[in-house]
Amino acid sequence: MLKTGGHINYDKRVITVRNVSKSFGDLHVLHGVDLDLFDGENLVVLGRSGTGKSVLIKLISGLLKPDAGTIEVLGEHVDELDEKALQELRLKIGFSFQNSALYDSMTVRENLEFPLVRNKRHLSRKEINYEVEDVLDGVGLLHTLNQMPSELSGGQRKRIGIARTLILRPEIMLYDEPTAGLDPITCIEINGLINEVQEKYKTSSIIITHDLACAKSVGDRIVMLLDGRFEREGSFDQIFDTDDGRVKPFHDYNFIN
Amino acid sequence: MVKKKIQRTLVELANIHRFVMRFFREVFRPPYEFKEIIRQCYEIGWKSLPLISLTGFITGVVFTNQSRPSLAEFGATSWLPALISIAIIRALAPLVTALIASGKVGSQIGAELGSMKVTEQIDAMEVSGTNPFKFLVVSRVLATTIGIPILSFYTAAVGLLGAFLSVNQVENTSFRVYFDQVFDAVTFLDVFSLVLKAVVFGFTIGIVGCYQGYHSSKGTEGVGRAANWAVVMSMFLVFIEEILIVQIIQAMRA
Repeated sequence: MLKTGGHINYDKRVITVRNVSKSFGDLHVLHGVDLDLFDGENLVVLGRSGTGKSVLIKLISGLLKPDAGTIEVLGEHVDELDEKALQELRLKIGFSFQNSALYDSMTVRENLEFPLVRNKRHLSRKEINYEVEDVLDGVGLLHTLNQMPSELSGGQRKRIGIARTLILRPEIMLYDEPTAGLDPITCIEINGLINEVQEKYKTSSIIITHDLACAKSVGDRIVMLLDGRFEREGSFDQIFDTDDGRVKPFHDYNFIN
Repeated sequence: MVKKKIQRTLVELANIHRFVMRFFREVFRPPYEFKEIIRQCYEIGWKSLPLISLTGFITGVVFTNQSRPSLAEFGATSWLPALISIAIIRALAPLVTALIASGKVGSQIGAELGSMKVTEQIDAMEVSGTNPFKFLVVSRVLATTIGIPILSFYTAAVGLLGAFLSVNQVENTSFRVYFDQVFDAVTFLDVFSLVLKAVVFGFTIGIVGCYQGYHSSKGTEGVGRAANWAVVMSMFLVFIEEILIVQIIQAMRA
């Protein structure tokens, strides 16, 4: 299923990455990358494992600091913000982690309440319960409310991880390998959920993946990270219309083999 | 090789210094995590009570039984209550509590934070607008700093009770006479010494456990190493601090 991308505003950039580099010791991960995310867009970042895809979204959310370059999110320079301002900006960014990162000592309800209780202290118990149940119902897992994360399947954990980020009504969603380690049916469900989130909550998203089925069904635009740089950009078909030996195997493995 | 090792040690020391300084910066800054501190006090203090009770009691009984023959040689077994109270309050209660807590609480904190780190739960907390250092580290360090002194007093009480049973059985000393002699022998400086040691030990156990867990890496292997190092380092530091505090108290006594 290909996307139409009907609500994208190409005049408004919500994320602007310019000339960003990042190294870990002798390992140079990103070499002066540039990236734009437009309002309402689902942007897929493709690339091999270890090419710095997750590092990129950690830089955007301020979890890591770039060695060089600038990152602007919703008009704010992430690398120049003090702790308080960064914390406020993060409330507008939802981050769905590869392994869901649910707090395993808390129930599903407590997991969802946690960001809400700590950031919207004026809410009453009744309002908190309503928000938690509403967002959990939105991902189709209301019945898991009092379960522990260890009792859930990988797909359920992923959905609840997404629900936990949605509870603060973010403007931007960052998905780190949303379909990694899931069976094909659950992958289709997660892809559907990512599109639903874009429609319902009017979010702009970056989806990090190497799953081409996911890229094809959720991406309005795709960029490919090769050797620490974005070297290809466009629609799914444009990206793979090449004989580049670094790109073709991706497509062939997923759709031929 | 040696140069690299020295370099790594210096970097580690700088990181520890930064971690401790960050604790003191964050501890006075709102919002205050009272609910989490109370929860951690329960986890650390209340749940350690059975183990502390047993070890405290055994320490009292064994110390009394071991001391008796030496005093009996001089016909001075009547000094047992005074000797026991000074030994337990000045040294044994805080030390035994700290060593038990290093094993139970230190490893628990190291493993808990370590697994949160490697499963990105700490990052998840940070991106959802919560300061994980304040929520996880400050609350745990405060809980151990408050909890270990309370547990030390409890250990002292249980240890003295264990010692009483031994003294009562062998010397037929009554409860009242025993505790009269116990309290007569204890000075303000002895109690101050207990509190000072327990506060320092509690802070050390908390900060070492949190540091090891908060900086763990390399997956499950890192979690195991964090728990292990939390115990080894905090026990080692507790003994070093014991030596230093004894010197300070002796200087104050002189």
